[in-house]
Amino acid sequence: MSLYIQDLHATLEDGTEILKGVTLEIPKGEVHAIMGPNGSGKSTLSKVVAGHEGYVVTSGSVTLDGEDILSLSVDERSRAGVFLAFQYPSEVPGVSNANFIRAALQARLPKGEELDAVAYYKSLYAKMDLLEMDRKFTARSVNEGFSGGEKKRNEILQLIMLDPKYSILDETDSGLDIDALKIVAKGVNSMRSADRGFLLITHYQRLLDYIKPDYVHVMAEGRIVRSGGPELAHELEARGYDFLKEPALA
Amino acid sequence: MSYEASAVLDSDTQDAINIDRSKGDFTFPERNKFDAGRGLTSKTIDYISDVKNDPQWLRDFRHKALKVFQDKPMPTNWATKDLESIDFDVIRYYLSDGEKPKRSWADVPADVLETFERLGIPQQERAFLAGVEAQFDSEAAYSNVKEELTKQGVIFVNSTEGLHQYEEIFRPWFGKVIPTGDNKFSALNSAVFSGGSFIYIPKGVKLKQPLQAYFRINSENFGQFERTLIIADEGSEVMYMEGCTAPKFETATLHSAVVELVALKGAKIQYVTVQNWSSNVFNLVTKRGLAMEDAEVRWIDCNIGSRLTMKYPGVVMKGKGARGEVISIALANSGQHQDTGAKMIHAADYTTSNVVSKSISVGEGRSTYRGQVHIPKHLKGCKNNTECDALLINSHSRTDTYPAITVKGNKHSTQHEASVSQVSEDMLFYLTQRGLNKGQAMSLAVNGFINDLVREFPMEYSVELKRLIDLEMEGSVG
Repeated sequence: MSLYIQDLHATLEDGTEILKGVTLEIPKGEVHAIMGPNGSGKSTLSKVVAGHEGYVVTSGSVTLDGEDILSLSVDERSRAGVFLAFQYPSEVPGVSNANFIRAALQARLPKGEELDAVAYYKSLYAKMDLLEMDRKFTARSVNEGFSGGEKKRNEILQLIMLDPKYSILDETDSGLDIDALKIVAKGVNSMRSADRGFLLITHYQRLLDYIKPDYVHVMAEGRIVRSGGPELAHELEARGYDFLKEPALA
Repeated sequence: MSYEASAVLDSDTQDAINIDRSKGDFTFPERNKFDAGRGLTSKTIDYISDVKNDPQWLRDFRHKALKVFQDKPMPTNWATKDLESIDFDVIRYYLSDGEKPKRSWADVPADVLETFERLGIPQQERAFLAGVEAQFDSEAAYSNVKEELTKQGVIFVNSTEGLHQYEEIFRPWFGKVIPTGDNKFSALNSAVFSGGSFIYIPKGVKLKQPLQAYFRINSENFGQFERTLIIADEGSEVMYMEGCTAPKFETATLHSAVVELVALKGAKIQYVTVQNWSSNVFNLVTKRGLAMEDAEVRWIDCNIGSRLTMKYPGVVMKGKGARGEVISIALANSGQHQDTGAKMIHAADYTTSNVVSKSISVGEGRSTYRGQVHIPKHLKGCKNNTECDALLINSHSRTDTYPAITVKGNKHSTQHEASVSQVSEDMLFYLTQRGLNKGQAMSLAVNGFINDLVREFPMEYSVELKRLIDLEMEGSVG
């Protein structure tokens, strides 16, 4: 049982190849981190797995617990269990946070079945307490006028509420102060379990101090160029990405 | 046997394919005892006047109006050329079964009753309305108001009953807020009008529940020309709601109403419209209110559907301290043009007006805002606020804004804001990544866009509004 990305090649609509054969398996129960310099294709990987229509998959496969998801639309992949925490979440004017999350949960129910509103709010408030979010966030428009940290916390709130099988967090740590980072990490850590998998995309070791990964991968020029344990992140932090240019010791 | 006549799919299969985009899309056989025939001449006027047993003054009024209509050119110098595709010679100007409006639904003919039941009218009346008028083609089939209101002197009848039975209240205001020659279509309405409501609210009477009229077109090639006059006497308050639907015919249908509101000293009138015309209706409506001292007229207007809507509700603030407001939502889907706006005429000191307009253009749909604010030099202390926001969904959509704000003198304050926004690809990706399909995502974004205005609608209507928008958005994405 895993999110399995196999030899994935993807281009922009104009044909520019961004992913040049990415292979990565995230089994349930594990936390993987991808690090790498700007422009290495990390964010593109997350968007292609989520089904963004701005990219064309030219070869390779992505399967979720053995089922192909490349043929599914964005919303179908979401409901199948793929969640993407955005680096830059959109603002949705006039739609309250509470109604938005409720609509997303409602979309997961069989036709004709209504979400239990009382149970929903109870659960929502409990998760907001965990993330130290003020109750007034339920009535505010989605991400509108939110600070960078509030937006990221809101992404984690959605992650917890939607309870996906596999979550990809795209630079969730960028723009966060240390207190916000701890709260976000607490939210993610509360979700770690044997039946959920995580992929963290980050520039910095700092996030990995709070969410301890099982494996670290380094991406450069559209490929995974090195994989290892948590110590790889420390090595990167200490030596910079340049050491990747040295041949890996077998 | 022709190929056209042979069905490939049986009717059940076809029904399953045809998504129920509009619960208004059905029709019953015509039941017309009186039919003025096609085309418009002075004979048509006489036919209508005879059938309706018009007094001589009204017959003369109609004939004069016909002349004005024939003399006035189409306003294509500023409005869309699409107006030229209206063929006035094929339209039928009067259709009725000759029955008087019934006071009880039990007396309404079965097919007409079924029409209104499918549209939910009797159910709404029981739930939250003070009175209902239900018009079927040219005439009201049902009209009733709660007994306690009748005892307080509230009058709620159709225009024919109004002018016959309450001439002394009706005539002084009829055609005064919107004169026959205001525009080509107000002249057309003045010539052939039938149906619509006449309402009088006595001094100091404040209605707690709304009155509602429902206008239903059932027949093809038919023109519906209702005429509504609402008079709120000093210190009274009333909310009036209207809904409209028509089946989707092969040929164009014309709806051209005139609505006049009179709010006397300290009175308040709120006029709420939720129209959901099928996509081949030309909807050319003139609506204006007169607000005397400290009176208030609010138009809350939602335009969904139709091929072309031209409607610019106005308020003439004639008394000191009068207030006027237009809250308007327009949704133009492919093949539709919503040409809407507001007219605020300040004619006394310390009058205030507010216009908030939001339009949504989807696919090839087109929205136009036309505003007119007039504050003359000799007045003082007048205020106007105008906001128009447009939301575009996909690159083919078109939106235009033509605000005309004429303010003379320096003792006034005006404010104008306009914005155009889009449901961006990024927003759509974000919403769909949370599990909403494209239609649901669009609906959510559109409902968010108009959210602050929807709150102005009565709850029962805002639910209906949301449902209509969901249906429109579902149909708009492939």
